[in-house]
Formats: sequence, C-alpha cells, structure tokens
Amino acid sequence: MGMTMTQKILAHHAGLDGVHAGQLVMANLDLVLGNDITSPVAIREFPKFGKEKVFDKDRVALVPDHFTPNKDIKAAEQCKCLRQFAADQHISHYYEVGRVGIEHALLPEQGLVTAGDLIIGADSHTCTYGAVGAFSTGVGSTDMACGMSWGKDWFKVPAALKFNLHGKMGKYVSGKDLILHIIGMIGVDGALYESMEFAGDGVANLTMDDRFTVCNMAIEAGAKNGIFPVDEQTIAYLEAHGAKKPVVYTADPDAVYVKTYDIDLSQLKSTVAFPHLPENTHTFDDMPRVKIDQVVIGSCTNGRLSDLEAAAHLLKGHKVADGVRCIVIPATQKIWQDAMHEGLFDIFVDAGCAVSTPTCGPCLGGHMGILAEGERAVSTTNRNFVGRMGHVKSEVYLASPAVAAASAVTGYLTDPTTIEEKA
Amino acid sequence: MKARGNVFRYGDNVDTDVIIPARYLNTSDPKELASHCMEDLDKTFIRRVKPGDIIVADKNFGCGSSREHAPIAIKESGVSCVIARTFARIFYRNSLNIGLPILECPEAVDGIKDGDVVQVDFSTGTITDETTGKSYSAEPFPPFMQDLIAAGGLAGYMRKEAGK
Repeated sequence: MGMTMTQKILAHHAGLDGVHAGQLVMANLDLVLGNDITSPVAIREFPKFGKEKVFDKDRVALVPDHFTPNKDIKAAEQCKCLRQFAADQHISHYYEVGRVGIEHALLPEQGLVTAGDLIIGADSHTCTYGAVGAFSTGVGSTDMACGMSWGKDWFKVPAALKFNLHGKMGKYVSGKDLILHIIGMIGVDGALYESMEFAGDGVANLTMDDRFTVCNMAIEAGAKNGIFPVDEQTIAYLEAHGAKKPVVYTADPDAVYVKTYDIDLSQLKSTVAFPHLPENTHTFDDMPRVKIDQVVIGSCTNGRLSDLEAAAHLLKGHKVADGVRCIVIPATQKIWQDAMHEGLFDIFVDAGCAVSTPTCGPCLGGHMGILAEGERAVSTTNRNFVGRMGHVKSEVYLASPAVAAASAVTGYLTDPTTIEEKA
Repeated sequence: MKARGNVFRYGDNVDTDVIIPARYLNTSDPKELASHCMEDLDKTFIRRVKPGDIIVADKNFGCGSSREHAPIAIKESGVSCVIARTFARIFYRNSLNIGLPILECPEAVDGIKDGDVVQVDFSTGTITDETTGKSYSAEPFPPFMQDLIAAGGLAGYMRKEAGK
C-alpha cells in the first residue's frame, strides 16, 4: 500500500521501510521548538527525562515571542527562565528581543527548517513548516522536554485528506482566503488527527507566503499537519534562506486518502470567519454590516512582508476610519526592516496605524491591543474563540490582510475590491 | 484505577482559550492555573468542582492552542477524568503525557447529563452512570498508550525504556 508524503517522512525518521495510518512510532527529530509560554513548563519537566544536556544544542530553538517585550513581571520571569536555560545548555538558536520574531515566520527565514525534516514545536501553529515540505506539528511542553532530552518522540501515523488545487486566485484573494474557505467547508474538526496534503497544478500559483499561511491554519481544522509538495519555488526559498539541503519526499501514486477535495482557486473570494469559530465563514456575498473597533495586521499567520505589502497597497492615501485602531505588527526584525525600506511604514503612519515591534501580543489576548467588552476586531490572526483577544464579550473576525486593511479604512467589514486604489 | 464524581457537562469545541485563558499564561504554577480553569466558559466551575469530578463534553474537546497549561489546570482542579466524543489531538497527547485520564466514548456522551454521578473503571474502560444506572464501554487504549499511562506519563516511559 502506498504512503502519503507525511507517512514517508515519518517512516524514514522512525527507521522503518513503511508505516500505515494509526501505527504508533518513535521517530527522530530534526528540530525542537518552544516559546516563552510553553518552554518554562518544558524546562521544569526536562530533568524528569533523565538527561542533563539537550540532545543537540543546534537543534533546539527557543523563541520568546508571545509576551515579549515582557508585558509584566510574571512574563519577564518566564523569559528569564528561557534565557537561563539557553545559556546553561549553550542553545544556538535562542533569540533575544531585538533579534526575535514570531517563531513560525522566524524559523523559515533563518533557514532552520527544510524539506523532509521532522519538526515538533510546543506551539500549535508549528504546522506552518509543511509549506517547505517538512512534517511539522504542534505538541505540548512535555513532548518538547522529551524532544530536547532524547531527540525523539512518539507519533500516531496520520491518515490524510487530499486537497487538489487548480487554477489561480484572483485579485485581493490570498492563502488566508483559501484556508478559511477550506475550514469553512470541512469544519474545525474536519481534519481531526489527519494530515492535510495539498497537490495539483494550482500549487505552483501559490507563493511561499500563501503556503505558510495555509499550513499555519491546518490546526484550525484539527489537522496534525499540513504539507505542500516541494517544487522550484520551495527549493529557491530554501536556498535563499540558507537552509539545509532539502530531502524531497513525494506521495506514492497509490497513497490512500480518506477523502479528496478539488478546489478551483479562481472561484475563491475574500473570506471572513465570524465569531467564535474559524469555521463560521462568510464571503461578502452574504455579509451583514459589521462595525469594528480595531484591526490587527500581523501574527504567524499573516505578518510576512507580502501581507504588509497587501495592506499598505490598500491603505495608501487613505485614513483609518474614526473610532478604529489599526495595529500593524511585522512578524520578524527582517520583515520590519524590509517594510521600512520599502516605505510601507510611511503609508501606515500617514494612514493613522500604529506599527509595533514583532510580537504575538494581541493574537492570544496577551498585550499590544486587547479588546474591551463589546468591542469587535478584524484580525489577520488565526483564532476567534470566546475571549481570544480580550474581554469574554469581545469579538474577533478572521480575515486576510487585504480585508483587514479595507475594513480599517471604512470602519466596517469591507470587501477590498470596493476601496479606491491610490497606490 | 477508578474515578468517581459529579459530572460537569459541556458542548462541542471546548477550546484551550476557555479552559485556561491566555491572560493567565504568564505563570506555569499548576495551582494558579487551576484557580482560573474553565473561567471563560463556566465561571462557577472552580467554585463547584470537587476532587474526583468528571468533565463530559461533545466533539473536539481541547481544540486550539498546544498549551499544556489546559490539561494541567483541569488535573490540578481535582478533575479525575475527561470523557468526550472526540478530543483535539494536541490536548489528547498532552493529557496522556501528563497523566490526566481521558476517554473517547460517544455513547456515554449521549447518555450522561450534567450533575449525574459517574464512575469510571480505567482497567476495563467501563463508564457507569450511577444516576441513571446505565453503563458504557470506552475503546481501550492501544498497548503503547497503556504503557505510557502506567509509567505515569511520557517522562517515566522514556526513562523506563532507556533502562531496558
């Protein structure tokens, strides 16, 4: 029986010729990641695994990105715990404020992930690296401690859903709209315990940033991982970022999929997920008038340069509507600097946006843009659960950078095609 | 091993943000986390929960973040077991890894009501609703996961394996 791309990567890392869905395997890891929320628990658990040193100081990444720059004393203590552990263990990939970025934008940018890798991270959006053809999945802190200690962890081999993509997306439609469309179609547990494997001629028409966004939100459909085939774009991206030599796995022609979906990218429209689940999707064909108080453009989902460019394109020459706060958060220092050099910050500041240093901040209701009771935000982030961005009676609408920017201009959820382009 | 307690019955997609809101994630102290457990879904939970109590929920329990703080908060609050139609996968493995007993059993979820007194026998997978007198059978865990549970979680399992 043939194997999926994910199954092949797991088999190889488990030292097996073949694996099948449902099989439990112990597999070797290429990289173990943690952030300032999850690592302190992992560091506390680490001694229980019976090792004094991490398995490989070059294959552990500690990224204090959630509550940094330290939002309060307790957050500062958690970051101090990471800093001390990184120093004690001589961890190569520890990133201090000033060099840190949002982990899932930072690691690919730093060349720390490559095709064929098996990566675990104590952060649910670790599934992002499937964009470069890696098997990459979110785990908890005890798994992180296990990975840091032994360089291996247990996995249940997932079955897979296949998404055949065709054609090309239209203007203002992006990877965010594609993944929101899929989650709306299959539900927040539509891929529970399974892989989401993307295929088809449409893949070539998705940028790497689109693919990062799509894989990033695989977890919002319950998936174990999302994964794209490796093509010329992937190889060019990996080379440009100094990543290790890629190992290319392809799904067998007779690989088994639980279900196959065909998606015509040209038919996709700007899509918004209403409170309080990412599956509550609407297009502007059936959208009520929703007045908003805040816009957030950033996060591991949509804080990359192309996201900021898309937002700036629409904001140029416009003002953020009265009564609306628009917060722009470049995901890494490099993205921040590139955006500055491109003149995007002038556009944002002229429009009345605040531009922040990289942080996960408001996405999880940490800091840098918390919502009050009854407030509504349009956000390019990934979750809109009850209380996610602040007060338990606040609301988050998930959307693309183009929709977020258009909505900032009008003060209502807005179709970007209705905004006059002044760029 | 057995568990027995009152049931707190919840619905679909109980996410990790309501189990333990991120505003409390600036600590990893189990007691402090437990004091906010389920706060954004059920403000009365922490006042009412007693050692041994059982959470019963519908599909996709624990969806969202990878925060192990969620099962830690539930375990520390005194909850002896979570029974759900399905679990989100990271929550599922986190629970096994830290030794919080969880069971998938759609029939039990259909039959059990809020406030029922339920007993769970983990050795047989039998769930008994003492209030209604009905019994249900949960799928037993595969051998690897039973070993993981018997070792008290992943740390114990890995040390034991290394010692073999």
